[in-house]
Amino acid sequence: MSKSTHEIEVEIRNPEGLHMRPAMQFVDLANSFDSDISVSHQDVSVDAKSIMQMTMLAATCGTRLKITATGADAGQAIQALQDLVENKFSDDPEAAVSEKEG
Amino acid sequence: MKLVDIICFDAIVAQLNSNKRDEVIAELVQSLVGHKKMEGVDAKNMVRAVVKRENEASTGIGKGVAVPHVKHKSITEPVAVIGCSQEGIDFASLDKQPVYSVFLLLSPASNPDKHLQAMETIFKNLQKDDFRRFLRQAQTAEAIIEAVKDADEDDNG
Repeated sequence: MSKSTHEIEVEIRNPEGLHMRPAMQFVDLANSFDSDISVSHQDVSVDAKSIMQMTMLAATCGTRLKITATGADAGQAIQALQDLVENKFSDDPEAAVSEKEG
Repeated sequence: MKLVDIICFDAIVAQLNSNKRDEVIAELVQSLVGHKKMEGVDAKNMVRAVVKRENEASTGIGKGVAVPHVKHKSITEPVAVIGCSQEGIDFASLDKQPVYSVFLLLSPASNPDKHLQAMETIFKNLQKDDFRRFLRQAQTAEAIIEAVKDADEDDNG
């Protein structure tokens, strides 16, 4: 199988940001692929397969992240992770209770 | 944000009494009572909220550490405390190993960004092998405080 690198930029849209539970979903999904996957925000780049590292990103709502995958299934990995972020991780209902209106 | 900005030194529990998750959470919340960031906080209520969150998904992220936390409306500024256990606590961790160092974090419900910053600060430091090792070896609050200050220093360099 041939290795390839895929990259995409996504925006965190859930109001609570990439807090621990969505980060865990992201890490779980990343771990289901063989490719090496990293996520970067400004000058910080972390391993998408490590919950400790992902939590370090402190990605608030509106943060743009770059996801890079390298490996045989890089294309699928990027697609799946993009879907997860764009569906706002189907974040917990509590998160919908935001006091910031407008 | 630095660890010293969020961790309440006076509340550090160097040797936790219990080795049961919920009791440890209660010990740490109780230890924070009296801190100015805890004004108007009902301790029992807070323990329930943290346990409820913990039941949804374990914050035992492996390597002997757990970061139980909750965003709560009675909190205005993030406040954290460290508790250590020589015996180890069953936190239903991702790696199924016992937890020796617990960071309890209480964050304002109205400011998710502050919560993320506090989590970033804690995780950035927990990533460091040295910091985890020092915490694990620490037997007194003084030793824990020293480890925390060193970790913060480290980030300046």
